Amino acid sequence: MLLALKNVSKIYKIGSEEIRAMNEVSINVEEGEFVAVMGPSGSGKSTFLQVASLLSSVEQGEIHLKDKNVTKYSEVELARMRNKEIGFIFQQFNLLARTSALDNVALPLVYAGVDAPERKKRATVMLEKVGLSDRLNNTPAQLSGGQQQRVAIARALVNEPAIIFADEPTGNLDSKSGEDIKKLLQDLHDEGKTIVMVTHEAEIAQIAKRLILFHDGELIYDEKFGYNKSLKSQKTKEYVEMLKKKRKTPRLIFGKVTGK
Amino acid sequence: MNLANTFSIALKAILLNKKRSFLTMLGVIIGVGSVVLLTSLGTGLQSYVQDQFASLGSNILFVTPGDPFSGGQETSIIESTKPTLKERQYKEILRKHRNLFVGGTTTAVNTSEAKYGTTTKKALLYGVTPSYEEIQNAPAEKGKWFDNIDEEKGKRVVVLGPGIAKELFGNVDPVNKRILLNSQSYTVLGVLEEKGGGFGGPSFDNYIYVPFTTLMNNFNTQVIDSFIFEVKDRSQIEQAKAAIEDVLLEDLKEDEFTVFDQAELLKTINDVLGVLTAGLGGISAISLVVGGIGILNIMLVSVSERTREIGLRKALGATPNVILLQFLIEAALLSVIGGMIGVFIAFLGTMAVQSFFPARILPESILIAFGVSTAIGIIFGAAPARNAAKLSPIEALRSE
Repeated sequence: MLLALKNVSKIYKIGSEEIRAMNEVSINVEEGEFVAVMGPSGSGKSTFLQVASLLSSVEQGEIHLKDKNVTKYSEVELARMRNKEIGFIFQQFNLLARTSALDNVALPLVYAGVDAPERKKRATVMLEKVGLSDRLNNTPAQLSGGQQQRVAIARALVNEPAIIFADEPTGNLDSKSGEDIKKLLQDLHDEGKTIVMVTHEAEIAQIAKRLILFHDGELIYDEKFGYNKSLKSQKTKEYVEMLKKKRKTPRLIFGKVTGK
Repeated sequence: MNLANTFSIALKAILLNKKRSFLTMLGVIIGVGSVVLLTSLGTGLQSYVQDQFASLGSNILFVTPGDPFSGGQETSIIESTKPTLKERQYKEILRKHRNLFVGGTTTAVNTSEAKYGTTTKKALLYGVTPSYEEIQNAPAEKGKWFDNIDEEKGKRVVVLGPGIAKELFGNVDPVNKRILLNSQSYTVLGVLEEKGGGFGGPSFDNYIYVPFTTLMNNFNTQVIDSFIFEVKDRSQIEQAKAAIEDVLLEDLKEDEFTVFDQAELLKTINDVLGVLTAGLGGISAISLVVGGIGILNIMLVSVSERTREIGLRKALGATPNVILLQFLIEAALLSVIGGMIGVFIAFLGTMAVQSFFPARILPESILIAFGVSTAIGIIFGAAPARNAAKLSPIEALRSE
């Protein structure tokens, strides 16, 4: 098992009130899977991504990554784990401004203690892989949105992580660039990379082989296993059916017609 | 993740914001620059004074009216206008203690207009006996000193300091020429070697040396400025002091005169200069603190501005300590580079004043400046760096 969450809850305390952003979620992700995470805003899908990518601690349950129980890891151990095993793709790209594409891609290798010539070599290879071999020394400001996201993807790949987390990777892109990124993610999946992607665009979710749905902090549907056993509300079931239908109708996202 | 990498990340951050980095450094530049420059002026002055005294020999005793060490400008002016010391006492000391002294001189000062041809200068007259030449190591470069006969008879002869000689005569050789002092004619016997000095007061080079008796008689001088004695042997200094005091106490009170040697004088001057240097250094050190606060300020702004970057770095594997180190090094670098520029400016400043002021940069003061500026960077960078290290990656990534 590559990634396993067991009864994980994320609880925020605001004053005396407890907010369960994620409630007793359990899920396994196998190597080579491409999982799309969907749900309305506030459903807990982003919290799930933060927790699963070891950016955020949990109050309850266990997280296993590569057969290691990382639940009680210290901040330093978590940082090392993220550095070695996890690749990040953000909606906002999060590239360092005024820093070349090459240096941006090499950043995880800096923290991995890789020496400079090796960093340059590996970052160059990754930028070639995402089709930016002629943009090595360009800064983010000199790149289009789609190119910036490709730099970010190269950065996510450079340390050869066990799993890649993508948070709305096409959310900030025009539809043409979105298509490019979609294609790139598909290629990565075909190569055998494990990807967990949060998205609210059913169209993008299409490329994933496995869809999971969050609602009110709970994992309500997993394409692999069907409905959550404890799911009782008929109303929620109807919501899921609606989403499933929309996933099959590419131009619709949550009842909204896209520009295409 | 090694130190060199963190270092280069910090350096890049500074270079990405050149203008802001420079403005941040400015406080440290001014602080370090002024501390180094002012201490170099102070220590330069101190060592200059020391050198001057060393050239005068160390077995000289001075007797002055009042107490020149007690400070208080007012009292010393009052004391010096009171005719306390008498020529009779001077002669008595030498007569009673022949065995202790090589010789000595009485000194008195006055001012006069000095005129040669059409050139008129205000000049200080220094009345001494011929022994002055040996005691104060002031040989004549041209011509000769007046002798004991000139002195005893109160002849109208003078020896010129090289400064006043130049001013009055220009390129003309002054020896055997006549000058007018208060409209009376005097023959120039010689010109002294250049000594420089007289820092903070008139230079010895600008004195006109007149036989003591001449000065007392012809210029209506009442007050003897000092007695200077040359003791035969350095080991007899204390004994000689006691002997002088014995004679003087016969008709003076203890606080009406002071006997001191060169070492004491030097020590007093050094003390004063030391306090002055420390005071100036201390005042300029305040600007270093202000510089540090500038760094604190900018680093706080910088951390909050770069929250997202910090979040990203943490997500990608930077540990809290690595982030802490990155910002600490950034602050320290700002401060140290500022310190280097400050030292450089102080160096230029020292060069610039060297032609007229004996400034000297000490290697220690450069080292201290570096140490202090590094420390300031680290101290004032600590709080912002800790803020950065404590940021949660999620919160940081979420910030706009």
